[in-house]
Amino acid sequence: MSGYRPGPVALLAALAVAVFLLMPLLAVVPVSFTPARMLSMPTGALSLRHYRSLVEDPRWLASILLSLRVGIVSSTLATLLALAFGLGIWMFRPRFAAALVGFVLLPMIVPPVVSAITIYFLLTSLSGFAGAIGYDTWPGVVLAHVVVTVPFAVVLILVALSQVDRRIDLAARGLGASTWERATKVIIPNIRFGIATAWLLSFVLSWEEIGVTLFITSVNAITLPRLMWMGLRDNIDPAIAAISVILILITVTVLTARIVYRRARGRT
Amino acid sequence: MLGRSIHPGAALLLAPLLVFLGLAYGIPFLGVVKWSVTLPEPGLGQYGALLTDPLVQSVFVRTFRICALVTVASVAAAYAIAYVWVRGTPGQRLAAEYCILVPFWISVLTRAFGWVALLSNQGLINTWLRATGILSEPLMLVRNEFGVVVGMTHFLIPFAVFPIASAMRSLDERVLLAARGMGAGRTRIFWSIFVPMTMPGVIGSALIVFVFALGFFVTPAILGGGRSVMVAELVYLRIFQSPDWGLGAAISITLVVIVGLLSAALFRYLKPAQMAG
Repeated sequence: MSGYRPGPVALLAALAVAVFLLMPLLAVVPVSFTPARMLSMPTGALSLRHYRSLVEDPRWLASILLSLRVGIVSSTLATLLALAFGLGIWMFRPRFAAALVGFVLLPMIVPPVVSAITIYFLLTSLSGFAGAIGYDTWPGVVLAHVVVTVPFAVVLILVALSQVDRRIDLAARGLGASTWERATKVIIPNIRFGIATAWLLSFVLSWEEIGVTLFITSVNAITLPRLMWMGLRDNIDPAIAAISVILILITVTVLTARIVYRRARGRT
Repeated sequence: MLGRSIHPGAALLLAPLLVFLGLAYGIPFLGVVKWSVTLPEPGLGQYGALLTDPLVQSVFVRTFRICALVTVASVAAAYAIAYVWVRGTPGQRLAAEYCILVPFWISVLTRAFGWVALLSNQGLINTWLRATGILSEPLMLVRNEFGVVVGMTHFLIPFAVFPIASAMRSLDERVLLAARGMGAGRTRIFWSIFVPMTMPGVIGSALIVFVFALGFFVTPAILGGGRSVMVAELVYLRIFQSPDWGLGAAISITLVVIVGLLSAALFRYLKPAQMAG
């Protein structure tokens, strides 16, 4: 291709940035093997006690399971809502489409702390008459996560729809397909990767969500990030290092799989 | 709004999300606005307090100072790594992609914790400095503004990379070839052609980073250790620790207005750029 490549100075600068970016992720690894009960570098013996406490300590296990449940339910709801909305915009091109999309994207643009206080207001109000989805309940957390993740799902689905060839939809309409048939037999199969990506991103965002969750939970609905937060604020618990190492490994594995898959697809 | 011209199918598809967000986000937001003008007493007293309370003001000033520092640092760092990501050899590109995307996908808590593990008194850097005898007392690297700036810069670099990288990708290759054909060296091409032509990406990314940084909560709360409070953490403290919901709400609304103005500037800026490109 082009002969214009970064020179030694640029490579050195990028290397410095790369070290800066990876350093804190690598620093977590030795801490996770410390035999001590507090944050420290292992001196001499290594220990797996903090990994063991992830499975043996019921608090960690419960929070992991809760985060999984919240993530699956909220990302499914967010994807369905976003899909219906995206189809509505794409198929009917309503007059105020830009304004409608803008409104729906608001929770993504507004600073998380403002969304947090907004949802705090909502859930404390709901607690009065619908305690089951109010403050500090898992359905309340689901509700909050749907609000903050749905804009991202909408963006991904709209992007996927923008790549659909409108002529296939026109052909289906010309052949007499109903709105329902056009949506389910023509459009949705064409954007299935976009839908899957939207679900996955919503799940990851929910799994990691802390800004809003912090405001709306106290003792009952402790998600994994919430538990990590508690461990970080008070006495720093090295079990956080252990769970961090596991999360980093999962991320690297998924990214590598994606890169390998993309290359394999690119070659054929 | 939903007049006769609107197809029932459209209404059926659009309504669920619009109704959901209207009920779960729009109306509660108005509730927060109401808090800001009714708690503890009706009136604009809380907004007046924003302008006069020295504590609130010092937090706003600190927030702007930190955000400015973080924006400059993360955009500069992002430019360096984006350059290699876009123009490097295939191997360099892959390495850069990992360095950008792995931190991007990892939770803010894990990343903040990584910095605690590095910078705290019992952390990697202080342990090493003491073991080698360079220092006898630990260096204070977290629980202050330094830790906050480092942690936030780390969080925001990947976000800053994307607009810059897309500006670099859309640059016309022939311009660089022409410059070389006319005898410009590598350094000259970079500073007189490459950098000016990717400036729109740099400005877009600076605006995005700044807006993001304004509302930051988790990183400053962990790495600032309560000593370097930023606006978002102040909201949290006013809601949960010294309950003053009215002030917390007023600060939130102010934050929304500032972010709204900056986002409007961003869109203004991006639109002509897109039309030109």
